[in-house]
Order: sequence, then C-alpha cells, then structure tokens
Amino acid sequence: MDSIAVRIAGDSGDGIQLMGTRFAVSTALTGADFATFPDYPAEIRAPAGSLFGVSAYQINLGSGTITTAGDSPDVLVAFNPAALKVSLPLLERGALIIINNDSFTARNLARAGYKQDPREDGTLEDFQCVTADISRLNLESIKVFGLSKSDGDRCKNFWALGVLLWMFERDLASVEDWIRRRLDNQTKIRNANIAALHAGHAYGENTELSASVPRYDIRKSEMPPGEYRSVTGAEALALGIAAAGELADRPVMFCSYPITPSSPLLHRLALLGETGVGTFQAEDEIAAVCAAIGASYGGMIGVTSSSGPGIALKAEAIGLAVSAELPLVIVNWQRGGPSTGLPTKTEQSDLFQAVYGRNGDTPLPVLAAASSEDCFNIAVESVRIALRHMTPVILLVDGYLSNASEPWKIPDISALEPIEHHPAPAPCKDQDAQRQAFRRDENSFGRPWIVPGMEGLMHRIGGLEKDIETGHISYDPANHQQMTDLRQAKVDCVANYIPAQSLECGADHGDLVVVGWGSTYGPIYQATIETGVSFVHLRNINPLPVNLGELLGRFDTVLVPEMNNGQLAALLREKLCLQTVSFPKVSGQPFRISELVDRIESLKKEGK
Amino acid sequence: MSTELTAKDFTTTQEVRWCPGCGDYAILKSVTRALADAGASPESTAFISGIGCAARFPYYVESYGFHTIHGRAPAIATGLKLANPELDVWVVSGDGDALSIGGNHLMHALRRNVGLKILLFNNEIYGLTKGQYSPTSRVGTVSPSSPAGSVDMPVSPGQFALGSGARFFARAVDADKEGLSEVLQGAHAFAGASLTEIFQNCIVYNKDVFASFTDRKDASKMQLRLKHGEPMLFGDNAKKGIRFNKDTFALEVIEVKSSPEDVLVHDETNEVVARLLIDLQEPVALGILFRKPAQSFECAFYGLHPSEMKRSRSVAEFLRGASSWTVSPENS
Repeated sequence: MDSIAVRIAGDSGDGIQLMGTRFAVSTALTGADFATFPDYPAEIRAPAGSLFGVSAYQINLGSGTITTAGDSPDVLVAFNPAALKVSLPLLERGALIIINNDSFTARNLARAGYKQDPREDGTLEDFQCVTADISRLNLESIKVFGLSKSDGDRCKNFWALGVLLWMFERDLASVEDWIRRRLDNQTKIRNANIAALHAGHAYGENTELSASVPRYDIRKSEMPPGEYRSVTGAEALALGIAAAGELADRPVMFCSYPITPSSPLLHRLALLGETGVGTFQAEDEIAAVCAAIGASYGGMIGVTSSSGPGIALKAEAIGLAVSAELPLVIVNWQRGGPSTGLPTKTEQSDLFQAVYGRNGDTPLPVLAAASSEDCFNIAVESVRIALRHMTPVILLVDGYLSNASEPWKIPDISALEPIEHHPAPAPCKDQDAQRQAFRRDENSFGRPWIVPGMEGLMHRIGGLEKDIETGHISYDPANHQQMTDLRQAKVDCVANYIPAQSLECGADHGDLVVVGWGSTYGPIYQATIETGVSFVHLRNINPLPVNLGELLGRFDTVLVPEMNNGQLAALLREKLCLQTVSFPKVSGQPFRISELVDRIESLKKEGK
Repeated sequence: MSTELTAKDFTTTQEVRWCPGCGDYAILKSVTRALADAGASPESTAFISGIGCAARFPYYVESYGFHTIHGRAPAIATGLKLANPELDVWVVSGDGDALSIGGNHLMHALRRNVGLKILLFNNEIYGLTKGQYSPTSRVGTVSPSSPAGSVDMPVSPGQFALGSGARFFARAVDADKEGLSEVLQGAHAFAGASLTEIFQNCIVYNKDVFASFTDRKDASKMQLRLKHGEPMLFGDNAKKGIRFNKDTFALEVIEVKSSPEDVLVHDETNEVVARLLIDLQEPVALGILFRKPAQSFECAFYGLHPSEMKRSRSVAEFLRGASSWTVSPENS
C-alpha cells in the first residue's frame, strides 16, 4: 500500500488533536512521508455530542511523496455519532470505520440529528465497520488507578491510539516516553494513560479485531538522506525567526497578542529565549505591533504575529514603519473571514489586505509560506528583506499550517547566508546626523540602522512626511512625490534580490498552467502531476518575480485555484496584464486533489 | 563628557511651531534644563510621542526622538525600553492622546511599571484638531463638537494612574519653573513608570482653564505644594493645613493655629492619602503625590531572560525537537 489517510474525530474535549499529533510523530519516526490537517471548532469545549463541536485530525501517510492530508480518509475513528455524521461524506465506499459504541446513546444520536441508529439502519452498509465499547474498555483498563470517572474517561484517546498503533504495526515506546515526560509530576494520571495505551494495543492484538481489521505496513518513503523530524508550521516559523536572529547577529523581540491560530508561534518562541529571542505578550494587537516597532527602533529584530482581524488593527502602525523606514516582520496566520469569521478554519483571503490594506500609498513586500516546513526558510527570507531594505514585511501563512505537521529535513543553519543590514556610519561633527540617518543604499534603498544609544548620531524620525535628504518634516509637494516614488521603488527593487520564478512541474509552455500560492502547493502539485499540466507556485506575492509575466505568457490558459474569492487571480491580472481563470474555494477547507483534477480536465476539454 | 551640558545642548535647531504664548514653550524649557541638571546624555535619551500638539516635542529636543501615531507612544516606548533598558525613555502625550485613544496603552505601561517617564500635558481640550472637548474636559465644556456643553464626566488622570497600579504620580503647572523642575527630577530618577501631569494652558482653545489655582495672586492659597515628610501647609504665611476627617473619610482644610497637631505630614508612599489628595479641589495638590518604587518591568523581563537577549545557545541545538530520525543514503 502506497498511502493511507486516517481521520480521527470526536468531541472537542476528547483529546483528538493530541491523539492525532502523537500518531503523526509516531509516523514520522518510521520514516514514512506524511501530511496532516487539524480541523477543530472555535469552541474550547463545545457542547458534547454536537455537530459543530466535532474536532478532527486527518493524517495521510505513505511511502511515496505525500503533499496533502488526503482527499478521502481510508480509516475513520469516530468517537461519537456527530463525528460519524460530519466525517461520513468524506469517505469512499469500503473505508474502515472504527466506532465507539458507548457514545451511541439515544441522546447523542439525537444531537447528531440521527433519527435512527446508523449502525443498524444500513447507513454503514458500504463500509467496513468495527464497533468497540471504547469508553467502557478504557475505564476497565485503568480501574486500578482509582481515577474519577471524568479523569478516567480522558484516557480513552490513548486507548484508541493504542488500537491505531497496533493496526499500523507501530512500537508503543515513543508515545509512552512522551506521556512520561509530559505528565512527569502527575503519577496516577500518567500511569493510567500508559495503561490505556497498552490496553488498546492489546485489544487489537488479542480480540476479534485481529480478524476483521487489516493491518497496514507503510514502508519508508524515499526521502533524500539526512536527519529528519516532524514539524508544524508554528514550530518551523519559530525556529526560522530565531535562526534569522542568529544569522543577523541581532536579538529578536517577538511582540504578540493571543489570537487563533497565531498563538502557537508565541508559545514556541517563548521556549527559545536562550537563542536571543524575547517574547512580549502585549495588551492588544496595536500594542504588539507598536512594541515590535519600538524594539526595531532600538536595534532588535521586531516581529509581530496575528491573523486577519488583528492585522487589520495593526495597519496604521505598519504604515508608520513604512514611513519611518524601520525593519519589521508581520506574520499573518490566515483564517476564515470576514470579521471574526471562522477562527479555526483555514483560508487565503488576506492577500489583498497584505498587499493593499493600508492608508496612503504604502507598499511593502509580501511573502507566502508553501508548507509547514517552508515556514522556516521563509521566516529567514522575510527578516533578510526587512533588514536589507529597512521595511516591514508581511508573511502570509495559511492558518491550518500552524498545527499541521510534516517531515522536515533538519537544516544546516551555518550553511545559510548571514543576514546583512546597513550599519550606522561613524559619527562626524561636520555631518548632520539627520542626513546621515537617511542616506540610503542606492541599490536596496535601505537606510542605516542607527539606534538610540549611539553617540553623535541623534536624529528624529516620525510618521509625518519627511524631507528625502534631511528627514526633517516636509510638506513640500515635490518632495512628497519623490518620497512616494522612493517607497514604491524600494519595494519594487526587492524583485532584484529574489530568485527567478521556476516551474514546480510540467513543460515550460503549453495550453495550461496552474498558479498557486500558500498551502495549496500540496494538492495542486499532486493534481498537476496527475493531469500532466504545468505548475507555478508563488512564494513572493509582492513584488512578483521579474520573469513571471514572461513565463505565464507562454501558456494559453492560466488557472489560479485559491482559498479566497479570486484575489491572486486579480492581482496577476492587475500586475501582469494577464487573463486568468479563477478557481476560488471559500469553505474553510483545503482543496482536494480530485476537485482540482476535475477542474483541470474540464478546462483541457474546453480548450480543445 | 568632559564639559557639563546645559539646557542649550538639549535644544535642536528646529523652529518651534507651537502657538505664541503656548504653555508648551515653558515645559520645553523646563525639560531641557532638567535633563542638563540631571546630567543626562543626549545619545542615551529618547523622546517618544503620539499625536497632538504635545507630540511635536521630540523634534525640539537634541536627543533621539520618534514622533509616532495617535495614542500608541507608550507601546512603542515599551518596545524600545525592552530593546535597551539603559536608555532614558520619555513619553510625551496630551490628554486626548494618553487618556482617550491611548488609554489602554497608558494603563498597561503603568501597571507593568515599565521604566518610562510619561509626561501628560493636560489642557482639557483637543488643540491640534481645533478645540473639541477632551476626556479631561469638565462637564458643560462648550466646544465645536459640544455646542450645548459636553455631558460626559471627565477622567481624573491621577485616579486613572493609581487605579492602573502606577508607582509614581506627580503634578505641576507649566509656567511654574520650580515646581515643574522638581517633579521632572523626581520622574527622571524613578526606575519604574512615572506619570507626571502638567497643567498646560492652551491659550487658543481653552485659555485660563486652570487660572483658579495658577494665577499668581491666588497661587499660595489655592496650591498645596507637597514635600515628602513635611506637613501639608498652604495659604498666606502657611496658616492653613490639611487634616484627615475620621468621620467623613475625607481631607479638610483647617486653620493651623487651632490644632497644629492635626495637620497631615505628607507620606508619598501612602496610596490612600494620595487618592484623597488627587481629588482635593481647594487647594489643588501639586508635587509628587505618590511615589512607591517597585521592580520595573524591564528588570523582571530580563530576570526571565537571564541571557539578557544574548545568545547563550545556538538555534541548531533546538532544531531536533523531541525526536528525530535519519534517512541514510543506502535506504533512500
């Protein structure tokens, strides 16, 4: 078997995300390739048994190249009727469903909107169904520890994980180690979870399950040699930011306000203090970006992070950083909008906000991460651009990548180029420090990074328009035009420093090219391989690579699938004067490979 | 520095653009003099401001300066102070900037006790936008946006500060060189967040709004100038004093000679009395009303970052995470 997709679904209080994450890490250790999709509700503990409270974790693992969490799960673990109801439409006939019998009570069935028990009315006829009294068996297995019923019930995710690990012929040791470390000081709960894990595994081995359930042996994927780990987008981005600080030989100050799904980055960076990273939890989104600007003004690499609603609040301050020509990195973990929208669901609908969303003509560079592991490299690149050009940079990441994990070849930081900035000049009595502060590099238009504390270079900056040479306040009409042109030229010239756009796959000319950005890399890659068309993936959104127009011009049709209402398609039309075919999807769910294949095939037919 | 600096060394060549007669001129003079007197070094001093008339201040001080956006100066200054705790960071703000649009940031800078010297130029009006009533305007203030008189209750900067957990609150009058100089010195020396309210006379939009206690002829009987450890006396020949009335839980004015032993001695660390002093109307309490040092935010922050943001471990040590595996050339 080349690949298999597993979906675990239950109540938001069932520990689904934890169970999925441990399964992913266990998968990683076997050397298989994998991709995950955490799909959870906005409510921390939604009413038990409700449809909207279903939390799910999907993982696709295989010996080939895996780039998506899988269109259709081959195995579903359903902890309750609501989880079954929500997940069933995703399954193909013949999929294996493991059901927790104990939760199929009359009340839970009603909550899920089932008039009849789906286990008995033929609903599951086309599937291979295994029902087990998971709740009861779990509680029995940990009876000796004397936990309360509610504490005991919380172990059932590990009981079910034990069954899964048995199905995939996995070793329990790594999960057990993790439980030991995680629950180090809670002996009873720790031992109960370990016992549940073993009991689930033994259940698979010893009971009738052995006869009815296939066992999956996924072999190692053919990955390039090297040392690997499993990494989420938040982990990779945190390490990338820390690495950028090291490469620039500057401390990093990360200032943020908690918001879903951005907070995991704050949590990760808070653990990296020893690498020269400070974390400051500000009182609000505006204070977060402002404190980051203050830190940059003081000579640290200021970084802030949020998702759409928070980025909206930061807009005025981002404009200040553009005006004052200070470095800053703003990470946007894009979630469903508008307004509060779908906090835990993924989207790509903040592209316009990033490129255009400020008052005045206020351009800035925009980058987008292609995958969880790409978050590392793109964080380094973002800081590099911010320091070289003395500008804020927006880094767009599709929200679900925050918690989605995949294998990552551990990089060699010492092999990366150091990050440079324009150093402060020597103080000079004959020179006006005000002019020295705004003597910009003629190629990058970056100005020297002069910070308070430096002797003899005192100067004043601000958000009022300033004279292009002296930096003093200026209301001169010609000067404002010059400054506006300068700000645009600075962002445009970033294109001279980024790699030329290349193709991910397919011929370099032809009928059809698919253009993607962000996390759609995975499904588009698979779909274009399957259909034999060409694929261009953008990591630089603003400015676009200089050769992009010429490259895309070699194709008759440019198809742009994206998880918004056609924003990149519009941007390409505007910037490249190019006709595009938009393929928008705004459901809070990633593209499936099959829907992309269908769209490509129908376009091919239309073209003929 | 081989020679001692004077107020002039802290003055830029920029033309000052406040209205003729504006109270800000006097404040600027007192601040530059206070910096010189305190032996501050221009390169280690930064003035951060938001938006408003007061916010032009950094352009006129020969130090580092950042004129930022409306209300956010305390947040930007917090980032700067974290980046370099050695700096003397001043925040210059007005009543609209600090207490309306920026109220949230002021509250958090004060409760965190970030080492910022915050100057609040209170003129009870919006000057730069041409005279609308402000969050400190008294009820009934007639302005372009309140032609029938404002109806909202004003905020008390002092009560706001203490309610937020501020450890330093002082007051002075713009033109009062001696009194202003004294509180500026106190603010400069204070290690945590200090809020200094300066009664500033906006001669265009709210002229003489503080005249009842700033007019020279009435100053002695309308001003209570506080000094730590000294009795609270005021009026001609210091004939009047302040007493705590145990029945009403309030401060009251007494004739000193009738019961001198009742006159309160100013204890600047007493927060309860400070709150009563803030609300005193006749006389108005000036000077350092409350000063009670505590660990500053930046000290606590760097206590948690013992490496002082210096890299003590390389990022490479963290790349592996909890577990990793190796793909060797033969099995790939």
